[in-house]
Amino acid sequence: MSPAKTKTKTNNEDYLRMYRQMVRIRTFEDNANQLYLSAKMPGLTHMYSGEEAVAVGICEALTDDDRITSTHRGHGHCVAKGADFKQMFCELLGKEEGYCRGKGGSMHIADQSHGNLGANAIVGGSMGIATGSALRAKMLGHDDVTVCFFGDGATAQGLLYEVMNMAALWHLPVIYACENNGYSEYTRTEEIAAGSITARAEAFGIEAHKVDGQDVLAVNDLTQKLVARCRKGEGPFFIELETYRYHGHHVGDINREYYRSKDEEKDWKENRDPIVRFRSWLVDQGITTEDEIEAMNAEVAQDAADAVAYAEAAAYPDVSEVDMHVYAD
Amino acid sequence: MREITLSQAVNEALAEEMRRDPTTFVIGEDVAEAGTPFKVLSGLVEEFGTERVIDTPIAEPGFMGMAVGAAMTGARPIVDLMFGDFIFLIMDQLCNQAAKTHYMSGGKLNVPLVLRTNLGATRRSAAQHSQSLQALVAHIPGLKVAMPSSAYEAKGLMKTAIRDNNPVVIFEDKLMYQDKAPVPEEEYLIPFGVANVKREGTDITLIATSSMVQVAEKAAEILAGEGISAEVIDPRTIVPLDEKTLLDSVRKTSRAIVIDEGHQSYGVTAEIASRLNEKAFYHLDAPVLRMGAMDVPVPFSPALEDVTVPTPDTVAANARKLCAGEMIHAA
Repeated sequence: MSPAKTKTKTNNEDYLRMYRQMVRIRTFEDNANQLYLSAKMPGLTHMYSGEEAVAVGICEALTDDDRITSTHRGHGHCVAKGADFKQMFCELLGKEEGYCRGKGGSMHIADQSHGNLGANAIVGGSMGIATGSALRAKMLGHDDVTVCFFGDGATAQGLLYEVMNMAALWHLPVIYACENNGYSEYTRTEEIAAGSITARAEAFGIEAHKVDGQDVLAVNDLTQKLVARCRKGEGPFFIELETYRYHGHHVGDINREYYRSKDEEKDWKENRDPIVRFRSWLVDQGITTEDEIEAMNAEVAQDAADAVAYAEAAAYPDVSEVDMHVYAD
Repeated sequence: MREITLSQAVNEALAEEMRRDPTTFVIGEDVAEAGTPFKVLSGLVEEFGTERVIDTPIAEPGFMGMAVGAAMTGARPIVDLMFGDFIFLIMDQLCNQAAKTHYMSGGKLNVPLVLRTNLGATRRSAAQHSQSLQALVAHIPGLKVAMPSSAYEAKGLMKTAIRDNNPVVIFEDKLMYQDKAPVPEEEYLIPFGVANVKREGTDITLIATSSMVQVAEKAAEILAGEGISAEVIDPRTIVPLDEKTLLDSVRKTSRAIVIDEGHQSYGVTAEIASRLNEKAFYHLDAPVLRMGAMDVPVPFSPALEDVTVPTPDTVAANARKLCAGEMIHAA
């Protein structure tokens, strides 16, 4: 197992918070999956499990003033940006106390109090929004940075190239974070993406990086540097993060051997899991102990269980809310 | 009162609001030095600079999406879409993103943006530069739709749109940019959802939008010469729609024609006629008639194009028949 390559974050509390945030995402997803499998969750959802180091490595380099745009596979971004379990589970179950009062659900969860402008159920749909947030920051003289999360599948959308062109022309403080998990829904990325993904950004003169998305410290180290440079007016940047989704495209995508093998899934889980890797590194470095890790895991598991129970018991919005929030006052 | 063109009225509205609110900015193709092909924005870049009058590449979904993101995070973008026909290019950003964000976020995120664009045929611009697509966006909850019919409305509605906390689409009639109308020097706003009774009458109500208001007024003149008293009403915004003023008029006159330059089928005229039928049925002496553009792509040849849209003569002819009790079968 390769140790994390870099150690810019020297504060042990920061390391432990990153670990905890990754465990929180995995735990959230395990619970969300169970809610789906036990038919307690309406609709469907897309699991972020396996990609935790991407969201946490990036969001730990951001402040609450920095914005992100998220995707249909967005629970990880939401947790990593600081969201609360109770309001998230309430939203997934369509309850009044959810982040969006039950109107958005899994695919539209947003938490503007932490700068999360929302998940988006149109693949690539938020690329304009993220770039516009960066345009606003530059125009109004704000120093916040916007990170646009999207998957490899979204690189096929034309919108990306329109907005990267403008972001590069106008030096906007935006970071395009391409989570390349190898699959565009049910299709191998190599079947939908010609050439190199980073070269596409480079064609606009955008500095592009490729990083191991299973190495939270490498992701965090790179993002910290790029965020600092964005704040100095050196943006935009592009990062391709090599990662893997453990589940199918969505929770109902169970039989997927026609597009990827169980051996491949096993290899990623057993040999490249971002949480297992980071945990080993933390213990090896003497930053924490196995016992402390287990205690932290148990605490997160309890938090999640409590939040699920809370959300299950929580009230649905009153039906009178159905035509509320169509228009703002 | 002084008279200015519709183009000048829009320009004044933008300049006044941009002076008033530093978070406003204009974004679109050739909006700065060029001032748009219709020269509506001439002079703005000189006053506000290229930071707030932003020329974009030819990338409508891109700059529309960016306007949504800027609006969600504290700015008030005014998007310039060179031709209304290009709405098809930005549908995802307008209808899936801008229109739904406030609702999907449970009211926590706002999208205060204005999309300025235009409508109108008979400019010999053929099928992709002549459409009147207001029905498409009026169909989507979360969007407001304003349709100014003169320089006066263009200014007052634009100022209201810029201060509104929702995405507002404004369709200007591209043939009317050089038309002059009285516009006060002092500041005024026109509230949304308040129709304007342009001409009072007792025999028939002509409800007309944007470019069709002039047509209806001319038809009313023709009818007056024949002893038919037509009331002309301009809803000014179709979302929200001032139903009460329309219903009050129809209950008085017992007859109505709804005129809008969009295609007739599944259009604005159908929606308004339907509401009148549902809510004023027992006051009606005749079916409410729809008059929209013909259900054909807009043709290039003047000989063909001119017959695709309602004219004062066709409106007057239909009004005459309705008032005579003749049954009219809509096209």
